[in-house]
Amino acid sequence: MTMYATRTRNARPEPFTVHVGIAERLGIAHLDWPLTLAAVSLIVFSVFTLGQATQNDVPGDPNYYLDRQAIYALLGIVGMFVLTRIDYSRFRELRVGIYTFLCASVSLVFVFGFAARGSRRSFELPFFSFQPSELGKLLLVLALAGFVIDGARRGSEVQRTIRYLCLGLAPAALVFLQPDLGTSMVYVVATLAVMYFGGVPWTHFAVIGGALVALVALVLVVAPAVGTPVLKGYQQERLTSFLSPHEHEAGAGYQQNQSVIATGAGQLTGRGDKATQTRLDFVPERHTDFIFAVIGERYGFMGAALVLFLYALLFWRALRITTLSKNSYGTLVAGGIAVALLFQTFVNVGMNLGIMPITGIPLPLMSYGGSSVVATFLAIGVLQSINVQAHLSQKGRFAW
Amino acid sequence: MYLRNDQRPQGSRLSLRVAVVGGVGVALFAVLFFRLWNLQVLSGDEYLAEAQNNRTREFKVIAPRGDILDRNGEVLVDNRTSLALQLNTEKLPEDPAEERAELARVGDLAHMSLRQIRRTIAKGEEVAAGAPVTLRQDVGFDLIAYVEENQDEFPGVAVQRVFVRHYPDGTRAAHVLGSVGEVSEEELKQAEFKGLEPGDEVGKAGAEYSYDRFLRGEPGHTRIQVNALGQPTPGGQLVSEPPTPGNSLKLTIDGKVQAAGEGALGARGLPGAFISMNIDTGEILAMGSNPTYDPTELTPPMTQAQVNQLYRDPVLAPLVNRATEGAYPTGSIFKIITALAALENGVITPDTVVQDNGKIEVGGQPFENAGGVAHGAVELRRALQVSSDVYFYLLGLDMWKTNDLQEWAHKLGIGRPAGLDLPEEGETLLPSKAWHEQFVKEGLALEDRPWSAGDNIQLATGQGDLQTNPLQMAIAYAALGNGGKIVTPHVGLEVEDAAGRVLKEFSFGARRRIHIDPTFRTAILEGLHAAAQEGEGTAAGVFGGFPIEIAGKTGTAERPGHGDQSWFAALSPYPNPRIVTVATVEEGGFGAESAAPAVLDILEAIYDKQASAVSSAGGAE
Repeated sequence: MTMYATRTRNARPEPFTVHVGIAERLGIAHLDWPLTLAAVSLIVFSVFTLGQATQNDVPGDPNYYLDRQAIYALLGIVGMFVLTRIDYSRFRELRVGIYTFLCASVSLVFVFGFAARGSRRSFELPFFSFQPSELGKLLLVLALAGFVIDGARRGSEVQRTIRYLCLGLAPAALVFLQPDLGTSMVYVVATLAVMYFGGVPWTHFAVIGGALVALVALVLVVAPAVGTPVLKGYQQERLTSFLSPHEHEAGAGYQQNQSVIATGAGQLTGRGDKATQTRLDFVPERHTDFIFAVIGERYGFMGAALVLFLYALLFWRALRITTLSKNSYGTLVAGGIAVALLFQTFVNVGMNLGIMPITGIPLPLMSYGGSSVVATFLAIGVLQSINVQAHLSQKGRFAW
Repeated sequence: MYLRNDQRPQGSRLSLRVAVVGGVGVALFAVLFFRLWNLQVLSGDEYLAEAQNNRTREFKVIAPRGDILDRNGEVLVDNRTSLALQLNTEKLPEDPAEERAELARVGDLAHMSLRQIRRTIAKGEEVAAGAPVTLRQDVGFDLIAYVEENQDEFPGVAVQRVFVRHYPDGTRAAHVLGSVGEVSEEELKQAEFKGLEPGDEVGKAGAEYSYDRFLRGEPGHTRIQVNALGQPTPGGQLVSEPPTPGNSLKLTIDGKVQAAGEGALGARGLPGAFISMNIDTGEILAMGSNPTYDPTELTPPMTQAQVNQLYRDPVLAPLVNRATEGAYPTGSIFKIITALAALENGVITPDTVVQDNGKIEVGGQPFENAGGVAHGAVELRRALQVSSDVYFYLLGLDMWKTNDLQEWAHKLGIGRPAGLDLPEEGETLLPSKAWHEQFVKEGLALEDRPWSAGDNIQLATGQGDLQTNPLQMAIAYAALGNGGKIVTPHVGLEVEDAAGRVLKEFSFGARRRIHIDPTFRTAILEGLHAAAQEGEGTAAGVFGGFPIEIAGKTGTAERPGHGDQSWFAALSPYPNPRIVTVATVEEGGFGAESAAPAVLDILEAIYDKQASAVSSAGGAE
């Protein structure tokens, strides 16, 4: 007994002397575990759902989507852990390079891109197609946060706001031209989020908001009316058809109608293998954009609500990291990632539930697709890195 | 805004911004959550129903209609399968230009112009809105393959295997068999067509109409699981309810006799009709009308020429069954009714002798025998044999003040519905004092004069305003032959299932019975027998060489504006007749000239015996 007490007193570690245990060595000691849990649970759910719902999609290969999504998940998780061990602050120093790479990669698809359904979004690589605009979401946040921190003391507030906007909107415009309306919207939202966490005055946001409203009105109403449409016909129809799905039952509203029917038909506990809506092709793009409807039909409210809960957990942990960050750069990066995830989740799920337009934004960690899965895991790796660095800097507060 | 990267962000400023984003996040997740709750938990039932409805397509499997057989089991109507190019107008593109383009493509397939297609669609919509319109029957198999492979280009177009009525003998018994067609909107509202859908085929005329509920089968259903493109999924047949074919209808018609009757009329090339009926049961052995038509031509789509020929020719009117829908004076074959009325009312006895000088004058109006021939002293038998008009003129005159003649005619079924089991039964008229007065009162008569002795004299010889048809005359002759039973004429014999088992035998009892004194009946039959086969009998020249003894009467009806109409009515065999046969030929001249030979043709078929030629010419009426 006494010996124990003595040993205890003597063994008290020096302040700030870190005992390097196995967890530290692996870099997982200071991970945000709920965040990890949410992300891994979502990808497991995704792989599971794809395995069950897409068995007949590719003739002769019932596990086509399952196998590939599982590989993407493993790649993403490895990438996440690698990033966890890297101090994210280095990305601030590399901002110009990152930004250049971002703009170059989203531009290069115009030259070398693989055209699918009339748009060039990805490169065809030997094993999978790489869609630079997906990784670009993270790159944009990393670079733009650097520019915001760096330029914090140059120019007036208005000049700075305009500079940030231009920096963010340039890649957004490139992506829009691919054309990929949904992803370009994510870029705009991420840009605004970084600016928001960077402290751009509320008044500027009010002006930007007003300008956005005017732009939407111009694009959707005025431009087609004067005969110089900005959006392609299908884009416009998709954006507006959700307002009156029954008028467009055969056209753009069809997909959404079927998605809503599928989700509703799942009821409380789901239809399992009797899920005809999603099994018999009524719901289009069911492995990508409309995977939430598949979950809704197969697993019912219980499954879909669980998925929503996991996204809420993900968002909460990401937002929490903004407040823990050891520096402003981490706050801006975490804020940009958190808002981008929230935006994508809401727009995609809302689209599946018939309350948001069809924009082709994938559901992070759930929709099938290597670029999206890996890029999202990398973003979560950056969040983890911010969390780890906050703990290592010993300034972390335990809020919430 | 003070951002220094080496510092932690300003607490309160950042907290506010984080809190705002957090609040927005909570709000957005709440929206999703409640929307999800609403969709799945609150209205899940509706969406589930919609999803169920989505994934299955119900295909109706049309039931073949039952066959129609003659009394010997010979097929009169059956079905053949045909491939029909059909168009479901509800599935055509909404955009007028696209619709036009599709119809043009369909036109290329069906070898029809856009105008023809539109007209066909409009006609189809008139008959049964919402049902697929048949553009062309009997298309080739290659067309099915083409349409199915290019279904995207032809929304709403389908090649359907349909059953089409097939008439092995073309026109034979067309008026008895009738026709089929798509159920009309009015019919769908009626109880007897309950459960049918637009586009279903029902009987429209003849036995097809009357016995529709036996002939019509029960459609089957196949529910197939389909994908979003409406294509059946592998192994996706959910329920299959095979169709129940309609039952076969056996008619009382004897195909052989029918063919003989039609041949006899057709050979004369004049409009006319015949009926041959069992006098005890009312079973119609044969019934026909000339000109006739091929029911196949009534299967849409019809050409304009066919429409014109079938529907728009008021003189030939091939669709009209003259045996039951005709309205003619009958001439002398009516005389048995006059005779019965006079005998039963004590106006004469069979042996009452009348002096026939060839003509009488009543109220300044002369009534003459045919050709003005004087037959001298005649009693009933002789009067019937030589068809003395004067004898019957006098009976008509004697019964002028009473209603005796009309009463007996009425009792025997003249001028009243016969209760035939076919929908085609025309209006007829038995002129009487009461009718005449009403007619005059309504201002329809040409001249305003009271019912005269002349009117009754005309009726006594089957002339004047009398309007009847071979069917009613057959019933009256049958009553004479069977001793007073007014039979119900019918063509339906029994219903059989596909294996030939009898499911139902129709029984048509007598409509009523009247009392006919046997001695009077015998006297009249003797007269008729003499008329048909003895010496100076009006039809002896026709039936003299026929090995079966018959009792028969010629008739020559004068129709204003037409040539004389030839009639003949026969009861056979004499003296215990079983079959009545009546024939009439419009503008056929004397009874012995065309109607009697037609009846002979029919009797030869019934008894399968040929008449030998006779040299003695029968007397004129």
